[in-house]
Amino acid sequence: MLTRLGFIAALALGTASAALAQDATPKDGGKLVFTAAYGNSITSLDITATPHTQDEIVAKAINRSLYKWNPESGKPELDLAESFTKSDDGKTYTYKLREATFHNGDKLDADDVVWSYNRLADPKKALPGAEQMLQIAGVAEFQAGKADHISGVKKIDDRTVEITVVNLADPGWNLMSNYAPIYSKDYPEDQLASKPNGLGPFKLANYVPGSKVELAKFDGYYEKGKPHLDKLDIMLMGEASARDVAFRNGEIDANILGPVQYDAYNQDPALKDHILEVAEVYTRNIGFNPKVKAFQDKRVRQAINYAINKDVIVTKLLKNKAYPAVSWLPISSPAFDKNAKPYAYDPEKAKALLKEAGFETGLKFSVTATSNESWGVPIVEAIIPMLAKVGVEVTTDPVESSVLSDKILSDNFETFIWSNSSGPDPLKYLNCFYSKTSQTACNYVKFSNADFDKLIEQAGNETDPAKQSDLLKQANNLLQEEAPVWFFNYNKAVMAYQPWVHGLKANAMELAIQDYEDIWIDDKAPASRK
Amino acid sequence: MLRFILRRTLQMIPTLLAVVVIIFVIFSVIPGSFISSLMAEGRNATNADVMAHLNAQFGLDKPLPVRLWDYLWNLGHFDLGISYRTREPVWNVIEPRLWPSVKLALAAMCFAAAVGIPLGFLAALKPGSVFDTGTMMVAVSGLSLPEFWFGLLLMYVFALELGLLPSFGYQAGSFRHIILPAIALGVSPMALLARTTRAGVLDVMNADFIRTARAKGLSEPRLVRSHVTRNVLVLILTTLGLQVGSLMGQAIVIEKLFSWPGIGSLLVDSVSARDIPVVQGTVIVIVLWFLVINMLVDIAYAAIDPRIKVS
Repeated sequence: MLTRLGFIAALALGTASAALAQDATPKDGGKLVFTAAYGNSITSLDITATPHTQDEIVAKAINRSLYKWNPESGKPELDLAESFTKSDDGKTYTYKLREATFHNGDKLDADDVVWSYNRLADPKKALPGAEQMLQIAGVAEFQAGKADHISGVKKIDDRTVEITVVNLADPGWNLMSNYAPIYSKDYPEDQLASKPNGLGPFKLANYVPGSKVELAKFDGYYEKGKPHLDKLDIMLMGEASARDVAFRNGEIDANILGPVQYDAYNQDPALKDHILEVAEVYTRNIGFNPKVKAFQDKRVRQAINYAINKDVIVTKLLKNKAYPAVSWLPISSPAFDKNAKPYAYDPEKAKALLKEAGFETGLKFSVTATSNESWGVPIVEAIIPMLAKVGVEVTTDPVESSVLSDKILSDNFETFIWSNSSGPDPLKYLNCFYSKTSQTACNYVKFSNADFDKLIEQAGNETDPAKQSDLLKQANNLLQEEAPVWFFNYNKAVMAYQPWVHGLKANAMELAIQDYEDIWIDDKAPASRK
Repeated sequence: MLRFILRRTLQMIPTLLAVVVIIFVIFSVIPGSFISSLMAEGRNATNADVMAHLNAQFGLDKPLPVRLWDYLWNLGHFDLGISYRTREPVWNVIEPRLWPSVKLALAAMCFAAAVGIPLGFLAALKPGSVFDTGTMMVAVSGLSLPEFWFGLLLMYVFALELGLLPSFGYQAGSFRHIILPAIALGVSPMALLARTTRAGVLDVMNADFIRTARAKGLSEPRLVRSHVTRNVLVLILTTLGLQVGSLMGQAIVIEKLFSWPGIGSLLVDSVSARDIPVVQGTVIVIVLWFLVINMLVDIAYAAIDPRIKVS
């Protein structure tokens, strides 16, 4: 299995490399017609007001943050800051800002950073992006109304900002977020939702709510020679079948694929050579609620992991558009343990564990699930007969997506099946199983284990990256042993692209979010793109 | 006439009020909330503090009767509230979607009328003929075709295979972009119009006054033009009015399929996000559209048939 995982991961990287290998001589000009595949509408062009991927796809073209995610290295790197120094205690970072210009001509300065972060964390504004500020010292006091600003963000001079954090974790993991952009303090706040003013490579040209966002090259973008494209149209297309027709017809340049299309595209000689794949940082799982007595017993949770043949589900139902999960952290995580083995399909062992735990018969539970084809009711229907073989009776509790989260946050479930973020920062996402993390934050299964807590605390205080990674691997392996969830799969995101498109990256955080400034089109592009 | 319009306008108020109250109560009691919709992607997007502040900001922490009263009070002052999702005034969210929706509904209806009414007429003039049987088969098919499937079929044939039209999208002022969604949306009303027209024409053709007119030696073309058409128009107009009125709300699937930025897809997105103010605003617009269209149809009756008075 691990050999296979390694092979698949290498294949994913290989595909990405192949795409990048063609990018030796980028050409300037032309238009890319990209798609935002997660719905037919944008919530807001002010990314701080929304937590949705659909909006992030657009925001990445318009805004910039202090750090950015590097899909190739798998780490955050400086973006609006050109350098930093770190204090001896490892908690105060002093950033030197680069020279950059907003779309309206304002110049970036330290006040913009201070204003943007204070605005994000402002409790009165209740912005979802506030999540990214929680590591900064003074944010808790600000949000609790005990301070009128964040004490941990200070302007030193026009080009220098000092940020103090509350732990030793690299703040880049949070400050690289597209949900934490730097805005101009002088720009009218009430216009951000409709007329955004960012520091990104593209500026807004036209927005048709519910249809498309048209962007134009921003000549004042700080990276010289970029972006390559003159225009970028992002079409809002939530319907997979329509995207398929439009892609095959050459009307769009990229298409996010579901399992069925993935299978079809792989078998089509005209399409199979232009497919980009990546193991995304999402872990699909069935969470066990410990308020159900049986789930308080580790043996029952392990038994369910042994009883389900996830390889068959991934192959037959998901058409291999997923990687069977080992534990919580995904393959692309720096703390993923390549030597760890996933739960094997072993119904006999499952039966023995259930018998040992006193649940040889009579264990019944429902799975709250949405209709999602990759982690919803179809998957539950597939596991029902598998669990029935070991004497476990499962029913489905079908709900829509906002009801699923509502039920989980209000502890109104026996089990749920969901797709949750599990990276890229291994510490942040393993912290979701830390006993002091609330259920409403992300400890949905109210996991509590003293050994796990100890490892997380040690990792949080460890400054040596290698040692920290080792501690996180141990925590991830312990999590697998404790099985608070059924570890199902890691998402394999797949994007088909037209042969004239270059510079797409296998972004493990979210394949649909691209570094648009690096994309270019060649001479094979149709006239409508020139 | 003015009194009629005023009376009908006043009659809309209790209808609208009932719709608003029902929607408000339903969305307040069904599972799921705007806050939980923020977490729907499983990305730990909000923390408890943000949730609490959001609830307070939108008044979601108040009891249902208080929220309902606040909403109705604001509505009475022509204030539809603030969208939970976009944090903009609801009208600002709805307004850009209005014209594309009206345009699509009218285009679909033009297609339906242009094809359905002549087909129904011609079929009725030759009852039992091959043309009549064929037309009615098309009509039955049109009524039973799933819109989504038919839309995809149109995309496949006219965009992918023939390369004649764009398969999706909206461009203000572009006629080519509206053709496929209008046909996909209009096929069902077209079929209904064809059947209704045929039935109406057959009914009139068998009436005594037509027999008398024929006996007097009136030519068939003149008979159809002067006597049949005028008498069947009220029926056609009624069908047209009901269809145009309901098309705006029915276009959800087609709007989603063709990435058409209409009211229907806004409604679906707002329901998923439990953005109650936008749901309410959208429903009010759809109900108003339906009521206004039907009022216009009533007014048109009088123009077509002098025996009918709007008063």
